[in-house]
Amino acid sequence: MENLNLILPEIFISLSIMFLLILGVFKNDSSKITFNLSLFAILITAIITINETFSVSRETLFNESVVIDHMSSLMKIITLIGGFLVLVISSTYLKTFKIFNIEYPVLILSSILGMMVMISSNDLIVFYMGLELQSLALYVLATYNRDQIKSSEAGLKYFVLSALSSGLLLYGCSLVYGFSGSTNFDIISNQLNSKEYVLTFGIVFILVGLAFKISAVPFHMWAPDVYEGSPTTVTLFFTIVPKIAALTVFIRFLYVPFLNLIDQWQMIIVFLSIASMIFGAVAAIGQTNIKRLIAYSSISHIGYTLAGLATVSNEGIQSSIIYISIYVVMNLALFSSLLMLRRKDQYYEDIDDLSGLSKNHPLLSLCLLLILFSLAGIPPLAGFFAKFYVFKAVLEQSMYFLAIVGLLSTVIAAFYYLRIIKIMYFDEEKDKYDTEHSLWLKFSLTVSTILILVYFIFPSQLIEVVSRINII
Amino acid sequence: MNFPILSSLILLPTIGAIFLFFIKEKDGNNTTIKYVALFTTVVNFLISIYLWIAFDQSTSSFQFIEDRIWIEGLINYKVGVDGISILFIILTTFITPLCIISVNNSVKNRLRDFLIAILIMESFMIGVFCALDLVVFYLFFEAGLIPMFLIIGIWGGARRVYSAFKFFLYTLLGSVLMLVAIISIYWITGTTDVVQLYEIGIDVKYQNLLWLAFFSSFAVKTPMWPVHTWLPDAHVEAPTAGSVLLAAILLKMAGYGFIRFSLGLFPVASEVFTPLIYTLSVIAIIFTSLIALMQEDMKKLIAYSSVAHMGFVTLGIFTLQQQGIEGSIFQMISHGLVSAALFLTVGVVYDRMHSRLITTYGGLVSVIPKYSILFMLFALASLGLPGTSGFIGEFLILMGAFKDNFLVAVIASIGVILGAAYMLWLYKRVVFGKLINEDLKKILDLNKSEYFILSCLAAPILFFGFYPDPLINTIEVSVTDLINMHNTNIVSK
Repeated sequence: MENLNLILPEIFISLSIMFLLILGVFKNDSSKITFNLSLFAILITAIITINETFSVSRETLFNESVVIDHMSSLMKIITLIGGFLVLVISSTYLKTFKIFNIEYPVLILSSILGMMVMISSNDLIVFYMGLELQSLALYVLATYNRDQIKSSEAGLKYFVLSALSSGLLLYGCSLVYGFSGSTNFDIISNQLNSKEYVLTFGIVFILVGLAFKISAVPFHMWAPDVYEGSPTTVTLFFTIVPKIAALTVFIRFLYVPFLNLIDQWQMIIVFLSIASMIFGAVAAIGQTNIKRLIAYSSISHIGYTLAGLATVSNEGIQSSIIYISIYVVMNLALFSSLLMLRRKDQYYEDIDDLSGLSKNHPLLSLCLLLILFSLAGIPPLAGFFAKFYVFKAVLEQSMYFLAIVGLLSTVIAAFYYLRIIKIMYFDEEKDKYDTEHSLWLKFSLTVSTILILVYFIFPSQLIEVVSRINII
Repeated sequence: MNFPILSSLILLPTIGAIFLFFIKEKDGNNTTIKYVALFTTVVNFLISIYLWIAFDQSTSSFQFIEDRIWIEGLINYKVGVDGISILFIILTTFITPLCIISVNNSVKNRLRDFLIAILIMESFMIGVFCALDLVVFYLFFEAGLIPMFLIIGIWGGARRVYSAFKFFLYTLLGSVLMLVAIISIYWITGTTDVVQLYEIGIDVKYQNLLWLAFFSSFAVKTPMWPVHTWLPDAHVEAPTAGSVLLAAILLKMAGYGFIRFSLGLFPVASEVFTPLIYTLSVIAIIFTSLIALMQEDMKKLIAYSSVAHMGFVTLGIFTLQQQGIEGSIFQMISHGLVSAALFLTVGVVYDRMHSRLITTYGGLVSVIPKYSILFMLFALASLGLPGTSGFIGEFLILMGAFKDNFLVAVIASIGVILGAAYMLWLYKRVVFGKLINEDLKKILDLNKSEYFILSCLAAPILFFGFYPDPLINTIEVSVTDLINMHNTNIVSK
């Protein structure tokens, strides 16, 4: 008998989704209660995940098609916390645009469910199921503000391109299946050997599909448009939560089924990493919309996480996970402050709208200052340590080129972060923004900024948690 | 001695800054804010003086060491001082309160934020000079960019944005290679602890590249020719207090880094690259002195003179002679005092006339005599007149240089003459001559606080000019041991 407790979080969250849907159908005016209940559901799922799986070192279920290990439980917890915070700070924004409906929390829950399945998958089919579940929910979320033409455009673009990449991914999966005769990751790992020429195509197709999901260059084209067009809270969701899941799958693919084919994929990852770091940094310079700018900056941050993966070492994987965790906190803080740029029910998202912010809103701009310097990787803020761990792992493998290119691109990236700071601090002020914000928004901004600021005092804790993850 | 005196030196300004953060700024009346900041820095200065008294001059090993695990199994938070670093700490704690007194006249808006930035900056600067772990050093070294960027950008002059960006990006670009080198050292030797690294040494085959990576960072920060161009911009646009911090302390971080890390960790590579340093230093001395001659902006002139003086410093360090290194350290301290004083003197007239152009002035001696006397003292100290601290430093450096390389020393000596030329010419044009500009007739002489600041700077300049022993004694043993260690390393490899 399988130990179903291990997938209790997934079971619980799917039951909650169904319950919330039924509730939404049968009860009038249920958007508020659905919203609160879904928050509650995420919290409980997170608690169950911590209770049931956090100490499990490695267990498999259902003919080894689902795996529960340290990586999966940690990533699930980060996903859930991220999802919770995104949801909790969305309410004011959604109410402003009059799209505070029951579908929003339900869609977020279903995409989280899809991600949790992805994170735990140890089988091509299970993986693909999870991927599609989360993608379909995300397509709808992107168009969620359906009265705005930009939002619909974003959703359509995302749908078309993402479907294409899913197709590539599926084709890659079928090639790999054809060569190994199994969909199970562990069996594939033993069956594959690098002699097979056509197999390389399979790997490349899968990697392209995955690179698309995490928007690594050159498969990033959708990101700026979708990020700009989607409702801001959805953009926040896009920039953090799916990335965690996709990164986990990336790690899982590279280091379980493709472990013996390192010479085939290492160059690809290095290329993706370098291209993302440089392109993300250079392309962000000319942006005028903050959300577009964040899109490019997230591309370059993904480049750094990939640099950790390219090292083929446990330290590298751990450093990537540390990077993505710190990145989640930074992005959460950044979007929380972005959501505070509200004046009379209108949200502002151009960089020029930040002009002179420091005169009217000294605290908000101080938070933004710290967040931006942290994103730029200036010590002693958390962002520096994220980069430090990654480059430490990269240099352990003597990959000097990757390290130097990466660090030089941080200098380029520093330029556009500085530009925002310049606009906030050196330029003339504009009208005041509203100072009334929901408690949760203030809470998430304060907590995440403080985390960024004081991370350097307690750097060991995060390492300790992550260092349990040993894939290779 | 278990009291963490160095950590308290580092932390105290930050705590003061946090206090300031919670004091509400009132329009017009900012005395509380200023007194809190001043109090913090003065206490810090007193602690550092105590540190100097308690410091044991007879040994070159690090003292007041604090060693705590910071990142498990990776980095220790390790700080300590020896004869080389302690003087820089005292210089920092000495200059900062003077900066804070000086903001009275120059910073008009957002005084509280300005003082917070200065205090945080002080924390980072002290941290740089205490750090005995490469990563800790890098952390403080880089972190200083944030407050300085804001100081230049928010309170600077007309082209402040350009200058702030240039300053930030130049320095960051230089430093990232140092980060690569630091992590590489960790993988080569298994530690980033400077004291341990001194003992183990780094394999010769890596030294050249690592040296170059550190060099790229320090050369930008020093600044050496040809990467000095950020300095004049940053100096000119920064508010007076910012220029003072930049010239007096920030530039010294690199000189200190050269001695502590380049010489200490990479002895072989330092020998290899000495000709490179010599060339760049000599070019810096001659070339920037000539540029300084042509300047019409007073702050720019002093900025270029800083580059020239730092050229002497790097020259002295890489002579690898006792006199040369001692002279360099002495010169850095002296330049810290003199350049701070010069920027403040320019600040004094700038606050009154709002012009830094030399042509605006002329004939000041007849209207503001006190000012003119002090200005003369600082100008003479800058050109290295015997009896001022500037002389001792330059003299020792040239002595070291003559021992090592005759030609370089001769060319550098020409720099001394050029230095006299631009400084005296500046002084002549500003202070002497006919009083043509009508506005100047109403100019006021030094007020109490300005008089106080400038006298505070003049006293040590004269004192150490006549009696350099207290400084020399402090550094001597450490430098001797550094050179001995260097020589044994060279011989053994």
